[in-house]
Amino acid sequence: MAILDILTLPDPALKQVSEAVTEFDDALRAFIADLEETRRNGPAAVGIAAPQVGYFKRVVIIDCSTTRKPVPNHGYLVLVNPEITHWEGYEPGREGCLSVPDYTGNVIRATRIHLVARDPNGEPLEFDMEGYEARAVQHEIDHLDGLLFVDRVVSRRTDLFKRKVYQKGGGS
Amino acid sequence: MTNNWYMLTLIGEDKPGIVAAVTQALFERGLNLGETSMLRLGGNFTIMMMVGGVQQEDELRAQLKPVIEAQGMRLHVDAIQGRLHEHVLPNIQVTVTGADRAGIVAQVTAALTDVGFNILDLESDVAGTAHKPVYIMQIAGVADAPIEKIEAALEALRKDGVDVNVNAVDTYIG
Repeated sequence: MAILDILTLPDPALKQVSEAVTEFDDALRAFIADLEETRRNGPAAVGIAAPQVGYFKRVVIIDCSTTRKPVPNHGYLVLVNPEITHWEGYEPGREGCLSVPDYTGNVIRATRIHLVARDPNGEPLEFDMEGYEARAVQHEIDHLDGLLFVDRVVSRRTDLFKRKVYQKGGGS
Repeated sequence: MTNNWYMLTLIGEDKPGIVAAVTQALFERGLNLGETSMLRLGGNFTIMMMVGGVQQEDELRAQLKPVIEAQGMRLHVDAIQGRLHEHVLPNIQVTVTGADRAGIVAQVTAALTDVGFNILDLESDVAGTAHKPVYIMQIAGVADAPIEKIEAALEALRKDGVDVNVNAVDTYIG
């Protein structure tokens, strides 16, 4: 077990697209243990993605069970090769990132998603997620695709007007 | 070397190129920008920015005078502490909308002050039309008080026809 170094902006490696995991072996599981230890070491980190520690494979960890105010969640999840197969609705919410210290901003994310993934042994996983947990998965999958939340930040001034208009229009 | 920090406040009629001209002038004189806020307020362009450099205040004013005048802006300078990397995370967001009338901001913020709410960021705007103006305000801040207590403090305003929403901000870190 080891705490790994976290890549931070403006490290160009954060823009690298990660590859699918094909070998569900002990080396993968050992890496996942280190990744989890690194997540727990991070200040208030709810999730972490493998490329944040320079391991460019499609692995993320989230745990939305410890928010101050409880939210719908599936607890501690290791998601290998995660893929969102359905999106619904959107809302702004505040995000920060271990790779972008001392900065938070508002990002618009889908409110409900359907997710398929593998566990560390290669077994299939499937979830319906909403709200904060759906946000967590979208933030982490962005890392796998070389995107940071700062690429998606919107001003509060902008999102308020949009949200009000669309809500009255009955959503889309 | 950045020894001295100043908060520059610049205001003038909005037109294209103000930010480019002002920041170029700062750059050419070796000044660094810290945190800034730049936005259009009712036809005026407003800039508040932390600027750091070796200059003394008089020297800074003299150096910036030509560009400020060329842009038709007015400048105000305050010496400050350049405290970067100290962002405070909001845990509560309050959104207020209502027919525009005198006193909304004062009443809302008085109620928030009473429950120990510290405002980090407040944006307010007048939407709607000249005949039917609507006041919209978003406040992000920090409070130890539970949401229920903040809600209760704002209840009187709701009865007065102002729409007030209080939400916990759970910042996702990942």
